[in-house]
Amino acid sequence: MNLADHLPILPVVLPLLVGVLLITLRNAPPALQRGASVTATLALLPLALALVQATGDGTHLVYKLGNWEAPYGIVLVADRLAAWMLVTTALLALFALLYALNGADTRGRHFHVLFQLQLFGLNGAFLTGDLFNLFVFFEILLLASYGLLLHGGGRQRVKAGLHYVVINLVGSTLFLFAVGTLYGVTGTLNMADLGVKLAATPPENLALVQSAALLLFGVFALKAALLPLHLWLPAAYAHTSAPVAALFAIMTKVGAYSILRVYSLIAGEAAGPLAGLLDAWLVPVALATLALGMAGALASTSLRQQAAYLMVASIGTLMVAFGLGSTEALAAGLYYLPHTTFAIAALFLLADSIAHGRGEWADRFESGPAMPRTHLVGGLFFAVAIAVAGMPPLAGFLGKVMLLQAAIASPWMLWVWATVLATGLAGVIALARSGSLLFYRTHGAHGVILTPPSNAALAPTLALLALVVGLVVAAGPLSGHAAAIAAQLKAPQHYMDAVLGGTR
Amino acid sequence: MEALIALVIGVLTAGGVFLALRGQTFPVVLGLTLLSYAVNLFLFVMGRLAIGVPPVISETASGYTDPLPQALVLTAIVISFGMTAFVIVLALKARAELGNDHVDGLEREEDRGA
Repeated sequence: MNLADHLPILPVVLPLLVGVLLITLRNAPPALQRGASVTATLALLPLALALVQATGDGTHLVYKLGNWEAPYGIVLVADRLAAWMLVTTALLALFALLYALNGADTRGRHFHVLFQLQLFGLNGAFLTGDLFNLFVFFEILLLASYGLLLHGGGRQRVKAGLHYVVINLVGSTLFLFAVGTLYGVTGTLNMADLGVKLAATPPENLALVQSAALLLFGVFALKAALLPLHLWLPAAYAHTSAPVAALFAIMTKVGAYSILRVYSLIAGEAAGPLAGLLDAWLVPVALATLALGMAGALASTSLRQQAAYLMVASIGTLMVAFGLGSTEALAAGLYYLPHTTFAIAALFLLADSIAHGRGEWADRFESGPAMPRTHLVGGLFFAVAIAVAGMPPLAGFLGKVMLLQAAIASPWMLWVWATVLATGLAGVIALARSGSLLFYRTHGAHGVILTPPSNAALAPTLALLALVVGLVVAAGPLSGHAAAIAAQLKAPQHYMDAVLGGTR
Repeated sequence: MEALIALVIGVLTAGGVFLALRGQTFPVVLGLTLLSYAVNLFLFVMGRLAIGVPPVISETASGYTDPLPQALVLTAIVISFGMTAFVIVLALKARAELGNDHVDGLEREEDRGA
């Protein structure tokens, strides 16, 4: 075997090794730790792009750990969807990390260790082909996220963190109950094999399997922060440090990814008795999440809180697309996913710059003194707001248009159109109100010395904005690739054939 | 024996859910621990109950028990042990930062006066 054969495991192993290395470097100068962390994060990008290249023609790269044949051993599977998520994660992580170098990483210990382990968990969750292994990677990314969320400390952060940890521990328990039930009925944990076995479920086990599959959906909905399991998100994300909140923009997408991955295999159109299991649930829940997220954004009292509610709304939009389930809708959702991730992350980073620039007024929606470099920061806020609200000419608008077009053929058309358009308007109003409060309704600063945000703090925001613009510039090939991912998801038999090979 | 095990899992889960819904962090931690015990037991019996049979291939065995759930339980125990340790430290930290052990961090006296 040459190195290229090991490509699917490299994005998992690299952050793990660097994370462990960074533990041993804990007393080394900060510059060395930062250098190692940035280099490792940067190196994820070519690896992820190589995987996109390798899976572009529809191949499933199956990596058998320990060379045990599936379904007896654990496999990693790289397909178009996994590669797409890896690229999104690598880009997001790089700019979140660069922002953290402005000082957030030295406010506590082990920031870079936790950051790398978080990437280890994320990449593993995207690549694994085994349900129990998915649970393990979930735990890894959650444990790292607990540390990152609490990094720096403070009363509000500890309080929000406690809720986040407890609810996720309950979620992990439910995950195990669901996995246990599925194993008890089918005798397998390999997701491809699970799809094959569940398609042949005898009628007497059907109720058991359905409850396990829906329990699993509940767990993924908790990670994705779907209504009514979103309550942990706004407080946790609004009170953590900006680079962590920006990185966590991908965390809710892990829940969305898991729903897409697991249910395309076990509840796809050809899945027998479980086919269409989520059809009655996903779209209404997603629409309610979208509406509630926007209501929260309208009612927010600070920019970070608003960004957190906009994240809830964005996951709502994404899940509407995944819930509709047609190839066009999935393509729309997959094209929208990187856009919304980058845009919300940019908003979190910018909110932090604004909070620093406004001194004691922080990011609260109150009339304060005009912040230094107000034109530059205000201009950035305008651009980020357009991206987050999904206005033309940026990719959010294209994604929503693709989503609305895909909804025409569905029975949910009226609800989807009404909710997506109304919440789009609400998003514009909410962001316009915050922009005018933060930048227009200002009064002279009497005796207050405000420090302007540095170029190093604004550059990652600008870079994320450039990515958002890049998504619209390359909209043709990228939406074409999203359609190819969707087509691959709609044909899970290729995934099963690739994983199970001759044993099927 | 199946009924007894099912009853044990049920009681552990019910106790765990009850405690996890309490307002103070210590009962919540206990509740999470009970829930993890329940789920570990549940995972273990998903390989079916068997007495006196080996999990690995042997020439004299008349039947086998499923080894995989035992491996899963070991993993789950390690993870839940680590998580419990973490949540205890976090609960202590919250007690120190918030001045009380309520999960929502009740208002402090001095805050209320101000």
